[in-house]
Amino acid sequence: MAVERGARSALLEEALGPGGPIVVFDKVTLAFDDKVILDEISFTLKTGHTKIFLGASGAGKSTILRLILGLLKPDGGQIFVNGERVDNMSEDQMMAVRADLGMVFQEGALFDSLTVRENVGYKLLEQKVPYAQADRRVEEVLGFVRLAEFIDRKPSELSGGQRRRVAIARAMAAKPRILLYDEPTTGLDPITSITIDEEIIKLRDLEEVSSIVVTHQLRDAFFVAEHMAVANGSEGVRFERASAHKADEAEFIMLRDGKIAFEGNATELREVQNRDPYIQAFLS
Amino acid sequence: MGGLENWAKAAVLEVQEYARMVGRACRSLVTPPFYYRDIIDQLNIIGIGSLTVVVLTGLFTGMVLALQSGITLDMFGARSMVGRLVSASMVKELGPVLTALMVAGRVGSGIAAELGSMVVTDQIAALRALGTDPVRKLVLPRILAGLLMVPLLTCISVGVGLLGAWIITLTQLKVASGVYWNSVVGGLYIQDVWMGLIKPFFLGFVIVSIGCHVGLRTSGGTQGVGRATTNAVVASSVAVLVVNFLVTKALIFLMY
Repeated sequence: MAVERGARSALLEEALGPGGPIVVFDKVTLAFDDKVILDEISFTLKTGHTKIFLGASGAGKSTILRLILGLLKPDGGQIFVNGERVDNMSEDQMMAVRADLGMVFQEGALFDSLTVRENVGYKLLEQKVPYAQADRRVEEVLGFVRLAEFIDRKPSELSGGQRRRVAIARAMAAKPRILLYDEPTTGLDPITSITIDEEIIKLRDLEEVSSIVVTHQLRDAFFVAEHMAVANGSEGVRFERASAHKADEAEFIMLRDGKIAFEGNATELREVQNRDPYIQAFLS
Repeated sequence: MGGLENWAKAAVLEVQEYARMVGRACRSLVTPPFYYRDIIDQLNIIGIGSLTVVVLTGLFTGMVLALQSGITLDMFGARSMVGRLVSASMVKELGPVLTALMVAGRVGSGIAAELGSMVVTDQIAALRALGTDPVRKLVLPRILAGLLMVPLLTCISVGVGLLGAWIITLTQLKVASGVYWNSVVGGLYIQDVWMGLIKPFFLGFVIVSIGCHVGLRTSGGTQGVGRATTNAVVASSVAVLVVNFLVTKALIFLMY
């Protein structure tokens, strides 16, 4: 592989190995003026697992991603990413933490003035990866999201779905251990949305990336939670219904009024909707 | 009362954020990484891009100054002194200030619009998420380019202005070339030249730094970008006039 993941100490590697706590929120609170966005939110994302955040617009879903990235600071509580406490880090210290994080923004947030190649390779060149090596990795990840032929186009020449896939390629190029998706399928047609969902599943199952997906597209949320990718030799990748054990690795968190209204797997979410009118209204 | 208090708080916050941005830009100046390509790009955009408007401004200002001062000087039979009046005005005041105002209109608005668009489309957040400090990558190259190019543009503007005045003096006022250029040189003291050279550094800095600050503080979608662009031009134009006065006062105190 052209690009290696950042080194961690052996102890940390063991602690954050499969099933270890790679992102931890402990009683995190955030308010904008008088409006409480997050009220003592606590959850743990385990290595290799997926957390899917659901909730109405303004419920604080995207805010959680920005807190993990250090783009916002909480008013209270603690946040741990990759074994490091990040809620009290300075901007300069956060740069090192962000090296192991990838983020897919809502509308892609691609740099208009750069080509697809430059967008995808941006972080690699920032990390001083030699140009030829970075270019090989760019071609590799663009092949992964099936956009290799668009490498020299500008973002303005791509469709909405293609822009999201380039954003995924950019986020995964530096091989982060954690990927954050902010409404990755909002505004896309169902067929393109499934393509994006499949990329998320592929990254999780084939590249062992831990992921947090923020969405209010229920169909996509359940698709990601209940499917798995299987490498199929020369035939590429096959998507199939996730086994019970695999499905347990994807957990839903529903936010309501700044608090967690539900936390559990897809089966539990379907069961609880009959008892909770809010969840029922949301899922219907 | 509450409204006034809120306004005062907002104003203090803006000044504080502006000072923080400038402080971070200064720190970025002495610590790596440096974005040399962005600096070259900005030198081109701010310097070469503003050349036409600055040349036209200088040319017509010099020409109209010669015409107007010719009429006034005629009253005292001192038409031959037109070069002295034009050079003193252009070098000390009109060159730096008009160039700065033109650059504020063209570059200040452009910076605010570009950075504002990047803010509302999450490109600034994406930069930070990718491990890049936006101040280092976007603000510092623009400030450096402003610091270097505005003095250079001012020199060009003054030179073209003196040429414009020469054309009018020669063709309309019928004053000989030699008399005009002798008068131009005779009207200038070395302190005037220093003043004309020093002021544009300050003016270039305020134009670009205000454009960057307003752009990075944009909120409210595309409407916010429009507002930021207007605010950047208004704020940097007023700042040019205020800073010009303060720097002039300080230089007179120090040099004359």
